[in-house]
Parts: sequence; C-alpha cells; structure tokens
Amino acid sequence: MSEQFYNILIVGVGGQGVLLASEIISEVAMHAGLDVKKSEIHGMSQRGGVVTSHVRIGKKVYSPTIQQGEVDFLMGFEKAEALRFVGWMKKTGTVVVSHTTLVPAIVTSSKEFHYPEDAIADLKNKAHNVIDVEADKIAGELGNPRLVNTILIGVLANLLPFEEKLWVDVIKSLVKEKFVAVNLEAFARGRGIHLALNKQPEGRSMLRPRDNTPRLVRPHSSGVRATPL
Amino acid sequence: MKQLLSGNEAVARGAYEAGVKMAVGYPGTPSTEILETMAERHRSVYSQWSPNEKVAFEVGIGASIGGARALVTMKHVGLNVAADPLMTFAYTGVNGGFVVVSADDPEMHSSQNEQDNRIFARFANIPFLEPSDSQESKDMLVAAYEISERYDTPVMLRMTTRISHTMGIVEVIEPLHPQERKFVKNPEKYVMIPSNAKVRHVVVAQRLIDLAKYSEQTPFNYIESNGSKVGIITGGVAYQYAKEVAPQFDYYKIGFGYPLPLEGIRQFVAAHDITLVVEELEPVYEDQIKAAGIKVEGKKYFGALGELSPSRVAKGLKEAGLIDKVVVPEITQEDLFPRPPVLCPGCPHRGAFMALKKLGVAVTGDIGCYTLGVLKPLNALDTCICMGASIGNAIGMEKVQGSATGTVAVIGDSTFFHSGITGLLDAVYNQSNVTVIILDNRATAMTGGQEHPGTGKTLMGQPVGRTDIHELVKALGVKNFEEVDAYDFEATLACVKRQMAAPGPSVILTSRPCVLMPKRIMDEPYQIDLELCNGCSACFRISCPAIAASTETNERGHAKAIIDETLCTGCTLCAQICPTEAILLKSQFAKA
Ligand SMILES: Cc1ncc(C[n+]2csc(CCOP(=O)(O)OP(=O)(O)O)c2C)c(N)n1
Repeated sequence: MSEQFYNILIVGVGGQGVLLASEIISEVAMHAGLDVKKSEIHGMSQRGGVVTSHVRIGKKVYSPTIQQGEVDFLMGFEKAEALRFVGWMKKTGTVVVSHTTLVPAIVTSSKEFHYPEDAIADLKNKAHNVIDVEADKIAGELGNPRLVNTILIGVLANLLPFEEKLWVDVIKSLVKEKFVAVNLEAFARGRGIHLALNKQPEGRSMLRPRDNTPRLVRPHSSGVRATPL
Repeated sequence: MKQLLSGNEAVARGAYEAGVKMAVGYPGTPSTEILETMAERHRSVYSQWSPNEKVAFEVGIGASIGGARALVTMKHVGLNVAADPLMTFAYTGVNGGFVVVSADDPEMHSSQNEQDNRIFARFANIPFLEPSDSQESKDMLVAAYEISERYDTPVMLRMTTRISHTMGIVEVIEPLHPQERKFVKNPEKYVMIPSNAKVRHVVVAQRLIDLAKYSEQTPFNYIESNGSKVGIITGGVAYQYAKEVAPQFDYYKIGFGYPLPLEGIRQFVAAHDITLVVEELEPVYEDQIKAAGIKVEGKKYFGALGELSPSRVAKGLKEAGLIDKVVVPEITQEDLFPRPPVLCPGCPHRGAFMALKKLGVAVTGDIGCYTLGVLKPLNALDTCICMGASIGNAIGMEKVQGSATGTVAVIGDSTFFHSGITGLLDAVYNQSNVTVIILDNRATAMTGGQEHPGTGKTLMGQPVGRTDIHELVKALGVKNFEEVDAYDFEATLACVKRQMAAPGPSVILTSRPCVLMPKRIMDEPYQIDLELCNGCSACFRISCPAIAASTETNERGHAKAIIDETLCTGCTLCAQICPTEAILLKSQFAKA
C-alpha cells in the first residue's frame, strides 16, 4: 500500500459540507497510517461561492495542492462544479458526482450566463469514469439535504482501501452527536449504491465502461467566458 | 500523539505547549482560526479579540513587558494597522517572549492585496520564521519564544493561506512551563524618548549581528543533499512545491528567514553549478543573496505575482533548463458561468444597497460582507481600499465635489469599531456633509461571525455590556442620527434621502442582525404566484440566492421567478418591490 498515492479533489458550493467531507477522508487516511495533507480555500465559503478542497494521501506528501491533470478522484457535490474542475482529472481518474443542481443568482438575473443543460452528460463526455449518484434525492429521503457529502463519501469509500470501521469511527468523532446516526445511514446508502451497481450486469452499471469513441471537447453554453471574481 | 491539524490549529497548539499566557488578535482570513482554536481547545490560556490589530499588538506588548509569553495574531494587512507599535517595540525588545503571527494571503483568496510581510520583518529589524507545514508551524512557534527571550526581540511567524489552511499530521507534546518572569521597572529599555531610543537602536544593530550567527546554526535552516549539481534555496510552501516536482535536486531549506544564513548560502551556491531561489511573492531572499554578491536566480523564472503551485515551479525549472518535461497538461478550461460569493438570502445589508442603487449616489465602501454589494446585479459600491477607509474617502470626495452630489459611506459594525470611529470624528471636526450608514448586523460576519465590542460577548464567551453605537456617535458630536430597519425598503430609501439632505455629518444605523451568526434566522418563507408574476425580473435584480428562474416564461420569453423555500428567510424585501404583488407568504399563498 505504501506505493499508493491518492489525489482527491472535492468541489461544491458554500454550505454543502465540502470541508467536513475532506476532513473525514483525511482523518481516515491518517488513522490508516498514511501521510495526508488537505488544503482548501474557505474564506468566502459561507457566501455561496465555490469551495474546493484538495486531499492528498500517500507515504509522504509534499505539496498541499494537487497539480492540474493529477486528480484521481473528483468528488462533485454539485454537478456544474464537477464539470468546472473536470479538466483537473487524470485520464484514469474517477468522477463521483451528485445530481445536485444549484443555480446561482448571477445566472438567474442575467442573460449573459447559462447553467449547462445536461452537466452529467457533459461530464461523461470528458471523463472516462463517472459515477453519478442521485445523492440529492437520497438525502431528501433521509430528511436532510445536507447529507449529500456523506453519501458521496460512502461511494468513495468503495474506491479506497480503508476499512469500513475506520470510516465509521471517524464519522462518529467528527460529526455533531445528534447527527451521527443519520450520517452513518447516509454513508451506508452511498456505500450500498456502488456495491449494488457493481453486481449488476455489464452495461447497467453506473460505473461506465471505458468509452473508446473520441471525446469531444466542445465549448459550453453561450460561449461567454466566465470571469472569476 | 499524532493529530491532524491545520497550520492555524498547530500554531494554537504551539502557543499552549510554549506556555503562552496571553493570546490576542483581530480576525482576518487566513489568521482567524488561531484564536478561535485557543478559545475552544486551550482555555487555560487567556485569549481575546481586540477592536483592531494595533490595539491587539499593544495589548501583547503589555503582556510581554509584564513578564508573560504573548501571542498576537492577524492577517497580513492587519500588520499595516499595527505597524506603529511594531517598529518601536523592535527597539525596546521583550520581557516575556513575544511572537506576532502574520498570515499572508498570496493570490488574494480573501484579501484586498497580497503584500509580502517578510519585508515587514526586515523593515522592523526583527527575525522571522517561515513554516512549510503544520508540524513546523507548531515547532517554529515554540522555538520563536526561545529566540524572542534569548535575543530580547519580538519575532514574526510568517504564515500564508496554504500553510494556515492546510491540515497535516502533527506530533503534539505536553506543555512546557517556561520560567516565570516579573515586571521590572526599566525606563531606559521601555520608554522610547529619543535619548533612550538612540541607545536601543545600537542594541538592535548588535542583535541583528547575533541573530545572523544564530541563522547559520539553527536547525530550521538545513541542507538536503542528493548529490545534485543543482541547488534550490527555498522556504515556506514553495519548498513543498519544489520537492514535489524536483525531489532530485539539492535543497537549502530556509525556516529562519531573517537574517539569512548568508555564509551557509555562499558555500552552498559555490558547491553547485547553478542555484535557484524558489520563493512565493517578492524576491525577499533573492535580493538579499544577490546583494551579498552571491550568484543566484529566481524571480526571472517563477514570477512575483500570485500563488506558486507545483505546476508553476515546474514551468520555471523547465525555463531555466533544469528539467525537460513538465507534467502539466493543457487544461481545457470549462466555459461555465461564474459563481461569485453573494449576500445571503435575508442579509440585512441588501435593503441598504437596494436603496443606494435606486438613488444612484456615490458610495464609498469598506471591508466586510457588504463589500459584496459591488457585484452584479447590485453594483452599489464605488470604492473599497482598506478597513475604515470609507468615511475618510467620503469626506475627501465630498470636500472636492461639493455636497450637492451627495456622498454616502457604508461601513460594518466591526469595521466601525476597528477604525471607523476616527473617520467619523474627522467628519464632525471638519464639518463634512457625508452620510455614514453603519450596517450593524451585530457580528464580524465576513470572517465567520466573531465577537466584537458591540456583540455583548468576548472571545472566551464571557457576557459583557455592548458598546452602544448611538451613544458613541452622539459623543463624537454627530447631530443627525437615525436608526432604520433595512428590511423596510421605502423607509430605508426615505431615511437615506432625508439624511443626505440634512446639513453636517449624518449617521444611519441599520438594526437587523446577521441571518447566519450567531443564530440562523429563518422566518416564514415567501412563494411566488406564477399567475401574477409577469416575468419583469425586478426580484432577480436584488441578487437573492433564494430567487431562481422558473420554467415558465412571460409572453416575451422572459423567465418568471420562483423562490426556494429552504433558502428563503422571509425577509420580505422581494415582496416589497414586486410590481404585481405576486410574492406572498407561504401561508397566504395556501389560502389564496
Ligand atoms: C486590517 C484588516 N483586518 C482584518 C481584515 C479582515 N476582515 C475583512 S472584513 C472584516 C470585518 C467585517 O465585519 P463587519 O464590518 O462587521 O461587516 P460584516 O462582514 O459583518 O458585514 C474583517 C475582520 C481586513 N481586511 N483588514
């Protein structure tokens, strides 16, 4: 295992629990005896801006941030945000994305910007492995839209070599007591989805088989260039 | 024991382990979590927020002269505010160890500039340490206290966003118990009248010579030899980036950054065919090394603007001909909408900006959540320079333009306490006609809702009396004062008009609390009757995240609006400006 190295980029919108999710993953890695660094920008996180967190796990980690093109797992808590960062993926990387759609006021209030029509399809166009999960729906079933993060962690847990017990213990230690039970349920749901899907016959799996057709990189929406803040 | 700690948490832990007795600062990203962690986890240490960085620094000086180890924390621009005490405290030196943490923000993730405060340490003639991960953040802070006491000097710990906000594994130990020191009267050392200061300046010069010797031996400056012909001199997070992309080279890792170990560096450079300096922001090391007649290069390849990254370092090394492949792929940047931070649903600042936008007057701004009022579609701010600047800016503009044009300053409550009071005093003294809107949301919201003199609580959670802004403003001599509910659009508009017309300086105080902190405020949400909505988009233009476009359109194809019930706080502003009265309380809607 010492040769293994994981670059995990978690992206979402302020208030979606990006930071808690990355902390859970990092704690698990530490308890598994690996080196870990987690770096994020959260100055404006409470104001509905983009939040990103880099988690790097390995025997020895230097840079706190992942290089572009080196992401093994892109965790998208919001589908357009996943699309925004898909260019950071390694070719062999996997996107784990929620169907969650959050349209910002700037799109609503101007004709200049558009929300992508089918962000999940665009993602599948640009990345080989995309696991798309209706985590927003599942979270609704569990009674709390804020559980999207833990559901996706459940999915990720299937892709990382850490024991179930570690995940559960860390979630228990980091989540506020009254939310522990529901978070463990969310985690189990996420974990369950993936395992079940993997057992399904080829073609129906949400883990898309590699697509050999050339991938189109086409411009999005109106062609207006997004100006960051 | 091992813990996963951010750089800031590690600094707090270090303060606890070093036996610090007083931790003081003013919030500011990326420094804020240091004191928050002190108050949360290390409650045996007395910690406090001061109204601004200058006061915080002075409180820290008092604690040091009183014999205790003191920690003072702030963001980079905070040190500008505290520069006055810094420059002279460097002369007096300390009694108990004194460390100021400067958390710089390369790339301006949440700041108005990206100044490199390593230059400040040099300017003040004090040493600085520059950690490159969480473990070092803790170790260097503890060591900084020993250096401070041994060399009788304030010491700077220079953090950056990537160090402060990166979590890494830290080995924690039990706290030390530094020897108690007592206050001893010593005016020659602590009273900086010119005759004493002249003597102390000589001491400072000698101290630098001694510190330069220390710099050559300290374990924080060390060489990692890999038998390479290429040498890299680096510190802070730049070290990590360089190691990531070029682990094969030899390294001179700088942790104790001023004074530099110039003799060690001279030998290191002589032993290599080529040596590059890899540092973020200004060429602080490079300039000093070159000035010592040592041949290095750096900024030429890596640039001085913004954050470094592994990719940027790799590109620079390639340009210097030291590596031949760069792993950075050409990224196809997704052509997506931007997602800028916005005022929250129900933010009480929104009503004030709606009124100002309607009036179309010049608005000098300040720093806080309300700075977001500059963004589309509110577009309601004309300046933002630094904390407290709005009032002075407005006075200046009004003096040259005449009051006919009308100038309004907007300033948050925490910012008013920080450095707005003196600006208002100026407006009274020099009889300016400005109108100052104090957006009192009872929180330092932008940085996460920290307490301040107007909130009624201290950092450690002790209830205290609130400073009454009305009484304060009255005492300054302001005659025109009005309090207004910014959730009432017409009233706010009328109030601003009235006060702008009133002669002399006016103060308007908005009274609604922040909807997020300290308590989340959620009243009954509103809904939109799509039959009544005519798609005029007036509600879109108040930039509320709870209002979205529905799938229904009007006859011209413009989207009608819907409200996300889970986000709407029921502030009523959109309902007030809707021309067709299509926005109703959820309960009214059900009845209708
Ligand atoms: C000198 C300085 N110190 C600290 C900061 C960080 N900072 C930015 S805004 C702000 C406070 C904002 O509080 P307030 O004025 O009450 O406005 P609010 O965000 O609550 O609307 C702080 C501390 C800064 N930019 N400059």
